[in-house]
Amino acid sequence: MHPASLTVQRVREGLAARRFSAVELAAEALRFAEAENPKTNAYLHFCPERALEAARQVDQRLARGEDPGALGGVPFALKDVILTKGVRTTAGSRLLAHFIPPYDATAVTLLEQAGAVILGKTNCDEFAMGSSNENSAFGPVRNPVALDRVAGGSSGGSAAAVAQGTAVAALGTDTGGSVRQPASFCGVVGVTPTYGRASRYGLIAFASSLDHVGLLARNVKDAAVTLQVLAGRDEMDSTTAFAPVPDYAGRLDGDVRGVRVGLPKEYFSGLPGETGDLMQRGIRALGRLGCQVSEISLPVTDYAVACYYIICTAEASSNLARYDGVHYTTRSKDPENLIDLYRSTRGEGFGAECKRRIMLGTYVLSAGYYDAYYLKAQKVRALIARDISRAFEEVDVIIAPVSPFPAFRLGEKIDDPLEMYLSDIYTITASLAGIPCMSVPCGRTPAGLPVGMQILARHFDEAGMLKLAHAFERAGGADA
Amino acid sequence: MTATTSYEPVIGLEVHVQLSTRTKIFCGCPNGFGAPPNTNVCPVCLGLPGALPVLNRQVVELAIRAGLALNCRIRPVSRLARKNYFYPDLPRGYQISQYDEPLAEHGWVDIRVNGKARRIGVTRVHLEDDAGKSLHEGFHDSDRYTYVDLNRSGAPLIEIVSEPDLRSSEEAYAYLTELKQILQYVEVSTCDMEKGHLRCDANVSVRLRGEEKLGTKAEVKNLNSFRFLKMALDYEIARQTDLIEKGGKVTQETRLYDPDSGETVGMRSKEHAHDYRYFPDPDLAPLVVSEEWRERVRAGMPELPAVKRARFTGEFGLREYDAEVLTQSRALSEYFEETARVCGDPRSAANWVMGDLAGALKAAGKEIEESPVTAVHLGELLTLVVKGEISGKLAKEVFARMFESGEAPAAIVEREGLKQISDRSALEKVVDEVLAANPRQVEQYRGGKSTVLGFFVGQVMKATRGQANPAAVNEILKSRLG
Repeated sequence: MHPASLTVQRVREGLAARRFSAVELAAEALRFAEAENPKTNAYLHFCPERALEAARQVDQRLARGEDPGALGGVPFALKDVILTKGVRTTAGSRLLAHFIPPYDATAVTLLEQAGAVILGKTNCDEFAMGSSNENSAFGPVRNPVALDRVAGGSSGGSAAAVAQGTAVAALGTDTGGSVRQPASFCGVVGVTPTYGRASRYGLIAFASSLDHVGLLARNVKDAAVTLQVLAGRDEMDSTTAFAPVPDYAGRLDGDVRGVRVGLPKEYFSGLPGETGDLMQRGIRALGRLGCQVSEISLPVTDYAVACYYIICTAEASSNLARYDGVHYTTRSKDPENLIDLYRSTRGEGFGAECKRRIMLGTYVLSAGYYDAYYLKAQKVRALIARDISRAFEEVDVIIAPVSPFPAFRLGEKIDDPLEMYLSDIYTITASLAGIPCMSVPCGRTPAGLPVGMQILARHFDEAGMLKLAHAFERAGGADA
Repeated sequence: MTATTSYEPVIGLEVHVQLSTRTKIFCGCPNGFGAPPNTNVCPVCLGLPGALPVLNRQVVELAIRAGLALNCRIRPVSRLARKNYFYPDLPRGYQISQYDEPLAEHGWVDIRVNGKARRIGVTRVHLEDDAGKSLHEGFHDSDRYTYVDLNRSGAPLIEIVSEPDLRSSEEAYAYLTELKQILQYVEVSTCDMEKGHLRCDANVSVRLRGEEKLGTKAEVKNLNSFRFLKMALDYEIARQTDLIEKGGKVTQETRLYDPDSGETVGMRSKEHAHDYRYFPDPDLAPLVVSEEWRERVRAGMPELPAVKRARFTGEFGLREYDAEVLTQSRALSEYFEETARVCGDPRSAANWVMGDLAGALKAAGKEIEESPVTAVHLGELLTLVVKGEISGKLAKEVFARMFESGEAPAAIVEREGLKQISDRSALEKVVDEVLAANPRQVEQYRGGKSTVLGFFVGQVMKATRGQANPAAVNEILKSRLG
């Protein structure tokens, strides 16, 4: 057993055949992850006690002849914006450097009920704000495929851990592409379900109407099994849906003949060379699988980036108000008075990107500007959703790039936030519409850098999306 | 002050009311009072990262009830919105309230001041959560630190905003009184001002009589008793009038009422120069109140005080004043109605409830809810009087014993043998004995001194231990002596 070679299925088989116990696997996975971590900085901290306790419970279930759970014994990593009771959760921020939550996120409870073994918490952009994981207060994550390059963001640590083999699967969060883009950069599968499909309770909020819990895995089947565990109504999150949850893994039969695939012309016209070439190969592969490929139009695309950055910053400015130095955040030393306490705590605590977004968000919600920015953005958002639902009258899924370029070098774009924002162009449409979306590996550039293909599906049609991704993956992806 | 004739005040009230729900508005923590600091809390009301609000259905129901009781239109779809500001007892950095789409709008409250009826508009009733409490005093290091208690954080509130329809401190007082009574009646809130369940701010301006345009207003805060409300308004009206008379201008500001000095004092303008940056809370879906839900709440509402008053004067023939007194609280009105129902004599029931019962309760320091005499027992006592089984005088004695022991009147009357003697032959016998024993007084009566009759009645009562039917005794005496 080598942790880097495992999948959910192999862990299940190994445990069933008694080739290893869950505790042995957890201990080995922890040892490997801790040894490998200095290369990438994917993990911020580990939680060996919790991992071994979870593993012991899986072994006890097995000893009693019970099912170990859908994720029994599977080594998992969690993005450090997902709350873990008793285990430090920092959101990649100095302000929460010492924050130990008193409760578990719903996603964590569900994972552990299904037998998952959580090894540790992964690095991310501060409060999930960023596309390169360079905005972490605890140093950037290096891409395991090419260590001089970024792993993507904001769930860079989770993507890197899965790519590096230090976790079989991981949870991330996706607000505007934060699961899909690092999945694409690191060459793993990244899935973001429909808004409301899985609980946000216990996810440190960045932009509430856009935040999703998402997951990263080595293959589509593992992703399907994990999503099965996370999906469903949660009484603690009133934005979760009552819609029934189908059997995702059970639908992965490889038959995608006749599936209508739409290519938004607005996405492919200006797509640069390497990524464009790989996407074309991927699309041809879908054609060979029997999909009906056609061009569609998403005319409001031009306004998506502006719309997204108004809404997400507005919500962020409010969501991040609680980190004020009064309650549980780190506090600046010797403030002169209350206002000084707020100013110095937040001034010292937040990194540049968070400050930039808090200021933008505060501005767009201000008296006299609300109508021109926030309200207008909400109207644009409704138009984008309309674009999407019209497109889904003609096609079953939409194929899109994830990013205009593969993983770039560390520091390469850090001084140009606007270019960084614009690179989110392909991922934010799905975020604004709240539809399920994912990135599935679609080959590598001549330099060996992974590129992901994005699949977008109708609300609550995760099953159709995963089925297509699975058929594509099984056929060999872009190399089919 | 000479100005009162030429200037008129314009007042609107903003009243915060804590709803009587079992749990808080967005979490399952108890909605209580008096627990040790920071014990009625959870991740949601502590505003911890990752925690999400889930709207309490009972809160919405009580708010709908309040809206209906105040004659409001209930919005089929309303929205919770975030009101953003920094304060240590506001752990999320925003209050969840309602902004441009409140739950209820366009209502009114009828009041009567000095015999004059007035209808006061209710602009809106909206939902919001309460903040915690900052404790600036009482700790050994209070000179350096402020402590925060978050037990109250997330307590369910409604804010009731009136139109600027009030024209005097008396009207404001009457409005708040009526509002409190209505909310208590429909069991939306206990409205206990000492516990902060009813809090009031006032917007005050003055203008020349006949002027259409509103003057510049000041918001007066900290009006946490009816008395303070009236005193603060009187002070503020006089202050503004005086200022304008002297050629000055009222500044728009927030002023704090200081009960010690009886004055309102302006707060530093910086503290209220807020831009709250309201926006719809993305964690909460729009609040949908179906017609069916609204009507179900309406059907479950108790009778409102104004309706009850009208019924008491109409159906029961009570005097206006008595109806007013008996509807002061829902418990009192229900006690009265039950008594009246049992004895079938509403006026007598009203007299007893407002007289003997009220007196006994006051002497014992008890509320109507704690009365040892139940409404049914009082009704039974009055039934005995109506039927002539005991005299009114004896009834007062029986009542006193009932109040002590909580026993049913029949049991006391039976045990003590207090039943009135109306039996004619028995009474004739006693009368004859009394007349035979007092020949001198008989002489006096026959000689024209009719007041002696009272003496004979007294003697008969004494002989029957007060149980003789006085009317019958009178009649027999007159026939015997006549």
